[in-house]
Amino acid sequence: MEKDIPGIRDVSIVLCGEAGQGIQTVEFLMASLLKISRYNFFSTKEYMSRVRGGSNSTEIRVSTDTVNAFVERIDILFPFTAQALEHVRWRLSGKTLIIGDKDLLAPGGKEPAVKIYHVPFNSMAKEVGGEIYSNVIAVGIIAGILGIDAEISNNFIGRYFERKGVEAAKNNSTALGKGYEIGHRISDEGTFKATIEMHPEIDNQIVMNGAEAVGFGALCGGCNFISAYPMTPSTGILTFLAEKSLEYDIIAEQAEDEIAAINMAIGAWYAGGRGMVCTAGGGFALMTEGVSLAGMLEIPVVISVGQRPAPATGLPTRTEQGDLEMVLYAGHGEFPRVIFAPGTIEDCISLTRMAFNLADKYQIPVFILSDQYIMDSYYNFQAPDISDIKIEHQYIKTDKDYVRYTITDSGISPRGIPGYGEGMVVVDSDEHDFRGHITEDYNLRTAMVNKRLKKMHQIELEAIPPELTGGKECGYLVVCWGSTYHIAREAIKRLGRNDISLLHFNQVYPLHTDTADYFRGARNTIIVENNATSQFSRILRASTGISIDKKILQYNGLPFSVEHLTESLKAEIEQEVYPHGR
Amino acid sequence: MDAKDFDLEYESDIAWCTGCGDHGILTVLKKALAELNIDPAKLVMVSGIGQAAKTPHYLRTNVFNGLHGRALPPATAIKAVNPELTVIAESGDGDIYGEGGNHFMHCIRRNPDITVIVHNNMVYGLTKGQASPTSQPGFKTSVQVDGVILGQFNPLAVALSLDASFVARAFIGDMEQTKEIIKKAVTHKGFALVDIFQPCVTFNKINSFQWFKANTYYLESTYDPHDRVHVFQRALEAEKLPLGVFYINSGKPVFEDQITIYRKSTVPLIKRAVNREALSGFIDKKRGMPVASVSAKVL
Repeated sequence: MEKDIPGIRDVSIVLCGEAGQGIQTVEFLMASLLKISRYNFFSTKEYMSRVRGGSNSTEIRVSTDTVNAFVERIDILFPFTAQALEHVRWRLSGKTLIIGDKDLLAPGGKEPAVKIYHVPFNSMAKEVGGEIYSNVIAVGIIAGILGIDAEISNNFIGRYFERKGVEAAKNNSTALGKGYEIGHRISDEGTFKATIEMHPEIDNQIVMNGAEAVGFGALCGGCNFISAYPMTPSTGILTFLAEKSLEYDIIAEQAEDEIAAINMAIGAWYAGGRGMVCTAGGGFALMTEGVSLAGMLEIPVVISVGQRPAPATGLPTRTEQGDLEMVLYAGHGEFPRVIFAPGTIEDCISLTRMAFNLADKYQIPVFILSDQYIMDSYYNFQAPDISDIKIEHQYIKTDKDYVRYTITDSGISPRGIPGYGEGMVVVDSDEHDFRGHITEDYNLRTAMVNKRLKKMHQIELEAIPPELTGGKECGYLVVCWGSTYHIAREAIKRLGRNDISLLHFNQVYPLHTDTADYFRGARNTIIVENNATSQFSRILRASTGISIDKKILQYNGLPFSVEHLTESLKAEIEQEVYPHGR
Repeated sequence: MDAKDFDLEYESDIAWCTGCGDHGILTVLKKALAELNIDPAKLVMVSGIGQAAKTPHYLRTNVFNGLHGRALPPATAIKAVNPELTVIAESGDGDIYGEGGNHFMHCIRRNPDITVIVHNNMVYGLTKGQASPTSQPGFKTSVQVDGVILGQFNPLAVALSLDASFVARAFIGDMEQTKEIIKKAVTHKGFALVDIFQPCVTFNKINSFQWFKANTYYLESTYDPHDRVHVFQRALEAEKLPLGVFYINSGKPVFEDQITIYRKSTVPLIKRAVNREALSGFIDKKRGMPVASVSAKVL
């Protein structure tokens, strides 16, 4: 295991405690502070489906090099409850520095099971003005250990708590100072030494999590309507757009259920808006009839599905890639669709933006299939170029003789909207004639099915090719899709071999027409998926005829850790199936 | 304008039985729209599935014929995206009160400025004669072989309990009055429900034309449609069923008017351009103050 890597240039800090203890505040403050201080960082969280209590943890990785993936190793742990310590026990090593309150972690004067660097958070915070200040003491300690500029830290905390009043700002500043001193001491004594380099170019970068990035991508795609029912892990998209509604002219409506949500979004597009829905697998299950409606009406719609473990309610706040096939096959009948699966937070922006334009162009449902892991992860990255944004509405001004479903070579019929021009825009969930009225004519039925499916040809030609890292000729081709991208990259890097290539798909349907070519030079293929049955390998086989040799699957509700994936890949490689090729 | 302005310019094969009340409702609707001078190009008829839900196909106008039970969510969205359109949702009792019951409740709560016309024949027509939410207890069908044992859905009482801004009931046996009621509903600003009694000549031999005629009467001319408690009482009458405009709450705020984007301007959403400056500004802000506090929502 990689647990032995010393936390010098790459430090993994974990905060663990009960829901409601303010761990997220620390994550938020640290993320901002690290960005301002020009450090590379990554953060992610795992949490329970409850409002209070339990054990939740947040990992903040700070590094000299860019970091974008979850590691299970913990270099510095802040356990805020005794249970917290147990919760992350499996991730500790002898080198983990545990900073906490001994009286809390081992009550009644018992000898704690692990070595603890004693910091009496509660009593210190009370001295400052209340237990609430424990969080900022922790921020101070981290800042002190990492050697973040004291003035920058203090200015930032002051600015942040300004709105809560002079008293709060002052107390938080005191709390920060107390923490900072401790952090400095830890570093000076040599208890924990970190030498992380800053990078001036980070100044120009931005930080987002996946949910925000999908929301921002939607704005870039001209989204002006979102209807959704709150559901983890996608609620952040709804709140992001709701918050922006005034500034960006967005109607954000919380629907009574997911059925209403998707039917509203389709209605919005019909009337000339650009609508989206966001949900998780369970909510999407209710939307499937609406997906089929979009297919029949040939009305665009953008659907963001954040996966979490199922069936049914499953593990509501955790991660999985188990809904790929559901999204692919959702909705009765045969009609085209596109499924994007962002591998990075940058992808969340660019693919969501693209989804709106693609949905509009082909009058189809387009999916952004993400998961809790990427929705809830942050890191710093190069801001996208949005100077070329233009929202070209694909709808037309209708004339008196307008009919909605003209048969064309491309299969795309000019889309009118009601009230724009003299024509009547008639759409019908029944099979319909050119005018949009109900028909049961066999020949018309065949013509309409062909017209709808014809669009698929052009859509396939526009598909995003998979990204290959490494050579086409390789001993091992590691295949993955969606949020496992950075984890797989780091794991492969750690293996340090030159015969492993990575093939990542951020469009999982339809696959690019050259997909099979990427497999020709690979002696062995290994797929990595956060599900139990390797759903993507079935899509791959159906589309290309290619069968994957080995599967590395995880479905415990957590993302792969870099360490675990490194070990799993190593194990697969050691029992190579085709050492001399096929 | 003339009702003919809403006639289709081509032959249409109407799917209703001879003697069905739907024919009368279609005629009356065209007349009402013409008398109100509504431009067919600025009108959207939204429907779900069922025989009543086919009505929009027989008018020359914009049509969104969606899924069974789902007329109200798209109708709400269409009106919100372009408030300059007149939006009428028209469907049957099974569609609006049964399959779409949840949307019916919450649409009333939202109060968009739309009219909802429900053909109420107390039976399922398109699926061939099963009970509907408004079927009378004891009504025998091929499924409810011993007669309906579920309580009868009272759409007016439900709408009133949610303070719907306009609630009316009509009987298509009286086309003139039905037309006047529809006109009032369409003119009303806010959610307007018109439940129209209509005989199903094929599957409901109990609640026939004669039955409706014998069992309905008009609310008296001194009736006050603003006294909600009294209105409620009248909506609960069961022996003879009152017809007319039951309830008007003109003061109820309308959904579109309250949406954030229409608070600052009444320009329809579709006429607004993307705020590019704000988009670049967002990135610049992110460079300085990176992480917005996106709070975790746990379900």
